[in-house]
Amino acid sequence: MPVPILKQGDTLIASIVAALSDDDLLTFRDDLAQKIGSVRARGVVIDVTALDVLDSFATRTLRGIAYTAKLRGAETVIVGIQPEVAYTLVQLGLTLDGVPTALDLEEGLALLAKRRAAR
Amino acid sequence: MTADVKIQIEREIDIIAARQAGRQLAGKLGFSSTDQTLIATAISEVARNILIYAHHGEIVVGAIEDGPRTGIQVIANDEGPGIENVELALRDGYSTKNSLGLGLPGARRLMDDFALASEVGRGTRVTMKKWRR
Repeated sequence: MPVPILKQGDTLIASIVAALSDDDLLTFRDDLAQKIGSVRARGVVIDVTALDVLDSFATRTLRGIAYTAKLRGAETVIVGIQPEVAYTLVQLGLTLDGVPTALDLEEGLALLAKRRAAR
Repeated sequence: MTADVKIQIEREIDIIAARQAGRQLAGKLGFSSTDQTLIATAISEVARNILIYAHHGEIVVGAIEDGPRTGIQVIANDEGPGIENVELALRDGYSTKNSLGLGLPGARRLMDDFALASEVGRGTRVTMKKWRR
């Protein structure tokens, strides 16, 4: 199932609505990198609220997506990591190294706006 | 006693089916939602390992008891190439396929018991357990 990418101003919002296969994640990465260019996005919010599992592959791919977006000139915030998922990532010893996170979509958009203003 | 659930792992979407089966059984056995997530994630790691290294195999999840304790057992079986150096395979960051996954060391960290049996040319069997707190 492809991940829909919505545009709001110069921010792209992608809500992952179901458990993604590895292929879906990689397609999403490519789509997002394209779309950042076509709409000249400066920020990206990836909402993972609906994900009940983030294994090591998915976490590292998400991190890669955020880095790819950054190289395309858009800052990514990952929002909606569920409490159980957060705890599991800690147990696995995985981090999102420098990719900002926020509680939910609203907080994520606010964080992007704040960073934009500070630039 | 709940019956074992067996999931064939042949395609990527089977990974999702396996972890959902594990979560469902863990829920039925009374595991907390945090433990359900740990178990589902551990299944995801070993199922992906089957796909990457053996291309196909199976995951079997079942209830276990030990005196007053109730737990869940996850067995990941494949007839793939086997693991030459088990110690190395359990080391963090080690991957012969340059995969992104944490694989076995990741799964081990999420479960209470973890055993790995592998024979080169014959296959690999991972048995892991988690006990209800």
